[in-house]
Amino acid sequence: MKNRLKVLRAEYDWTQARLARELDVSRQTVNAIETGKFDPSLPLAFKLARLFKLKVEDIFIED
Amino acid sequence: MTDSMQQRSSWEHQNQSNTKRLAVWTIAWLITTALLAFGPKFLWDYNSTVSIAALLLNLATGIAMVLANKQLLQNLDELERRIFLDASATTLGVGLVFAGTYQLMEGIKLLPFEPRIAHLMIVMALTFLIATFSGKRRFS
Repeated sequence: MKNRLKVLRAEYDWTQARLARELDVSRQTVNAIETGKFDPSLPLAFKLARLFKLKVEDIFIED
Repeated sequence: MTDSMQQRSSWEHQNQSNTKRLAVWTIAWLITTALLAFGPKFLWDYNSTVSIAALLLNLATGIAMVLANKQLLQNLDELERRIFLDASATTLGVGLVFAGTYQLMEGIKLLPFEPRIAHLMIVMALTFLIATFSGKRRFS
């Protein structure tokens, strides 16, 4: 699954560590999601959507 | 100073605290295991009452270590939990296969020494370490 996380993070001028803190996950997890190596669970995807004030489908795009 | 060093979330604090707790109980379990293994011979001359007390202490610290491990697992984030569970599954499988083969090797006289449970524990510990390291590399 592709995602716009890196772009959104850049728009907010956040580091991976900052985003990880906001989500209560490790920086490695943020990196793995950004690079498409790991797909987050629904609760984490919704948390991301709330954080960026977007819909889940605006962040994650099915391959 | 990096961003991550400036501020730590409560989740990170909890994680660190859980890791420390697991380390403390693991060390306690190792100490009580050593006490149970060597105490009867070198410290209390096989006194049954003291041996039973040492055995109960060993079981209690073992249970505390398992609970601390469970608490650590529950607080991990979803990727860390996946790496942990993958490593646990690999360890369980390797442990099962190794234990079966190891025991058979003794039965068919392929081992010049008697199998020891410590060997299985070493294999499982090394497997878990390698599997965890491999999982972390896969997702980094």
